[in-house]
Amino acid sequence: MKLNVNGRDHEVDVEPDMPLLWVLRDELKIKGVKYGCGVSQCGACTVHIDGEAVRSCQTAAADVWDPVTTIEGLGNPENLHAVQAAWLSHQVAQCGYCQAGQMMQAAALLAENPAPTDDDIDTAMSGNLCRCGTYPRIRAAIKTAAAAIAEARE
Amino acid sequence: MSRVGTIARRSFLIGSVAVAGGVAFGAYAYRRPVPNPLLDQIGPESAAITPYVRIDAGGITLITPRADSGQGAYSVQAALIAEELDVTLDQITADPGLPGPAYYNTALANDAAPFAATDDGLVANSARGFMDVMIKLLGLQITGGSTTVPDSFEKLRMAGAVARETLKAAAARQTGIPVGDLRTQDGAVLLPDGQALPYTTLAPVAADIDPVTDVTLRDPSQWRLVGRAVTRLDMVAKSTGTQAYGIDLELDGMVHATVRTNPRRGGAMLDFDATAAETMRGVRAVLPITGGVAVVADNTWRAIQAVNAIDITWGDAPYPPEMDAHWAALENSFDESARDSRRRDDGDVDAALAKGPVVSATYRAPYLAHAPLEPISATVQVTPDRVDVWTGTQIPRFVQTNVARIVNRDPDQVFVHVQMMGGSFGHRLEDRVVREAAEIAAQLPGTPVKLTYSREEDMTHDDTRQIAMARGRGTVRDGRVETMDLGIAMPSIIASQMGRQGLPVPGPDMQIVAGAWDQPMRIPNCRVTGYRAPELAPISSWRSVGASTNGFFHDVFLDELIHAAGADPMEERLRLCWHDPSRKTLEAVAEMSNWGAPPAPGVGRGVAFCMSFGVPAAEVIEVTQTTDGIRIDNVWAALDVGRVVDPVNFENNVQGGVVWALGHAINSEITYADGQVEQVNYYDAEGMRMYQAPNIMVRGLENGDQVRGVGEPMVPPAAAALSNAIFAATGQRIREMPMNRFIDFV
Ligand code: FES
Ligand code: FES
Repeated sequence: MKLNVNGRDHEVDVEPDMPLLWVLRDELKIKGVKYGCGVSQCGACTVHIDGEAVRSCQTAAADVWDPVTTIEGLGNPENLHAVQAAWLSHQVAQCGYCQAGQMMQAAALLAENPAPTDDDIDTAMSGNLCRCGTYPRIRAAIKTAAAAIAEARE
Repeated sequence: MSRVGTIARRSFLIGSVAVAGGVAFGAYAYRRPVPNPLLDQIGPESAAITPYVRIDAGGITLITPRADSGQGAYSVQAALIAEELDVTLDQITADPGLPGPAYYNTALANDAAPFAATDDGLVANSARGFMDVMIKLLGLQITGGSTTVPDSFEKLRMAGAVARETLKAAAARQTGIPVGDLRTQDGAVLLPDGQALPYTTLAPVAADIDPVTDVTLRDPSQWRLVGRAVTRLDMVAKSTGTQAYGIDLELDGMVHATVRTNPRRGGAMLDFDATAAETMRGVRAVLPITGGVAVVADNTWRAIQAVNAIDITWGDAPYPPEMDAHWAALENSFDESARDSRRRDDGDVDAALAKGPVVSATYRAPYLAHAPLEPISATVQVTPDRVDVWTGTQIPRFVQTNVARIVNRDPDQVFVHVQMMGGSFGHRLEDRVVREAAEIAAQLPGTPVKLTYSREEDMTHDDTRQIAMARGRGTVRDGRVETMDLGIAMPSIIASQMGRQGLPVPGPDMQIVAGAWDQPMRIPNCRVTGYRAPELAPISSWRSVGASTNGFFHDVFLDELIHAAGADPMEERLRLCWHDPSRKTLEAVAEMSNWGAPPAPGVGRGVAFCMSFGVPAAEVIEVTQTTDGIRIDNVWAALDVGRVVDPVNFENNVQGGVVWALGHAINSEITYADGQVEQVNYYDAEGMRMYQAPNIMVRGLENGDQVRGVGEPMVPPAAAALSNAIFAATGQRIREMPMNRFIDFV
């Protein structure tokens, strides 16, 4: 089957019910997307499909309806997305394992709601677990990213 | 410690021959220079100056042997070396290196020896000296006990200074210019005319001369890196999804494995039928391993699907199958026959209790999973002349010897490549996943095998936090706390953990009372007794170890006594506390939280204090009683680590530790039914999510006399401060965790 990831077309030969997570990680070797729980409980596997934040562990390969963006497609060390730049300046990460998913979730939130309140942030982000407890920094970084995006628009 | 350190070590060496079987050999090994693992691996073009710095034509590598599970250990270690070496952090590569006996962890001794961190007497220090030598003998390259910074603080700066001075000597020899006229800056030796000789080109010369070991460490006023916020070395990678963890490893020809072992931990596998699994797509092999079965496939998901399709008959658990029996075992341990330690026995507790009236209470704390977000994994490749292991581990030396035993090789043939870890919290002080990967790889010679646990296998096979119970009795008089008699019962964490490494640990297990017996509170009659319950389900070190339960017990009971006395919770703790740095942490949170101002209606404030790992930590928590339950609004935390090495990393660690402690306190536990763990994924034990995370204000104090670690000490007081705050808001005393069994949280 065909899959477009980060602007590139791939042909993969997998079972229709293989979760997108494992297609990305083990077949296409795209490792920014993480396995944490496999059951939509942690958000470590979050990717964008048509701009929407989706848990790739619960999305069957055959059900992928549009191009996929992973953290690698959001930005990279030479060309940071506003969310990544904010994550870096706040030094959000501890172990960092959840953070690709957190950033993908945050980027989707800001695309939809450029000026989220604390409640908006809590609601959008509460499906993403951080076992290291970086929540206070994630909140702050989302606000910084929102401000940076707003400034860039002006 | 340095004041008596020399005497202590000497007195140990005299006594060492008599105390334990291996000590004679050990003493010899201790006197012998520690072998330098880097000397074996370096080519003629590179100079191994100390075990912590490697410089060659390819660049400058700082060896950071303490593992990084997210606490920023690699960065902190690199900064300490770089401070004296005069390199910038973007000029170096940090490398955990291969495990070697030179990387022993001296600071662990501080908490293994049965003396309170505030006890600076000669006896205490000589015992620490004893443990110090034991750790050197065993070559324990362990990351744990919040020891990375204490252990590294002088050792690594000294390494950097020796390297720098040796490079200067090399430059002097090469140029004929006296050393006194040379300076160092940004990875180069500067000649008087401004010409810069890069360290990398001086390396071959430095290899030829004796290291300059007579060096003086710089005064803190000259520091460029230590004490300042630096961007952690891993921060760009972790902000862009480009950080690779053990689970991400890819090797040519690698296969993917997963396992199922007996959910009745340690029980046998009686029989299995893999007919269905063997024909599933991508499955390469179904292999028996100790206590279970492995599936090897071409993809992790296929391996997990197939292993779940195997029909397995499991044997019984070696511990009681139901929780009631676990709690009963603890209750029955409050008995003289199970007494393990009583190092605190001040005043006359029995007489005071006989006079009464007696305040009494019982407390409980459950088993808890570590459940770091990255499920555990290990990759092993067995070839005729070497065995390679890639895994995120805090115990690389144990891994090396265990793998060697399993694949029947010499430990020298086993190379452990420590990977970045997606969290640990003590989980990776265990190495079952590596042993299983080695068992599989031994059956597939030549093929690299990556074993990945499913989340379900990880959570149901965790060596959890201990289960624990406490009984407190006490008296108050004239508005003051007069007597505290605290008994704590739990199985021995150290015996369970070290037992899995085949190491017997004689003597009392001070973790049974850590965080309670050693508190700097002068209660006139005070007794703390540890009772060793029989071994139950496997337990291990969970962030802050014994103190994770005992800090809760000790401080909530203290709060109950203070309430009975009618005193102010802050004032009475301050009055009781005799240790100045500890008092200052309480004063700091009192000021930060504006303790003196009365809270709004429905709002309750609680304070708690616990010293653990030598670090005094005070916290005030503010909660609001809403119509839907308790909301945790604010946390103020003050800790004294002697020296804050990086303020941003410090704040992040403390905030994370508070979230960790509170999340588990309100909603998590591990329980057994039919011998099996009942919680299988995060929906059963989720910890804290963002909507519940309070504001957390942090202050680092530097009044203590030694630098200490920040990974754990914020944990023990947090649950206590929460319980005390809930009492202040509602009048309901919560003596057991998880607290959501007694009260709702929003
Ligand atoms: S791995 Fe998909 S939500 Fe956890
Ligand atoms: S940073 Fe470790 S899980 Fe979020």
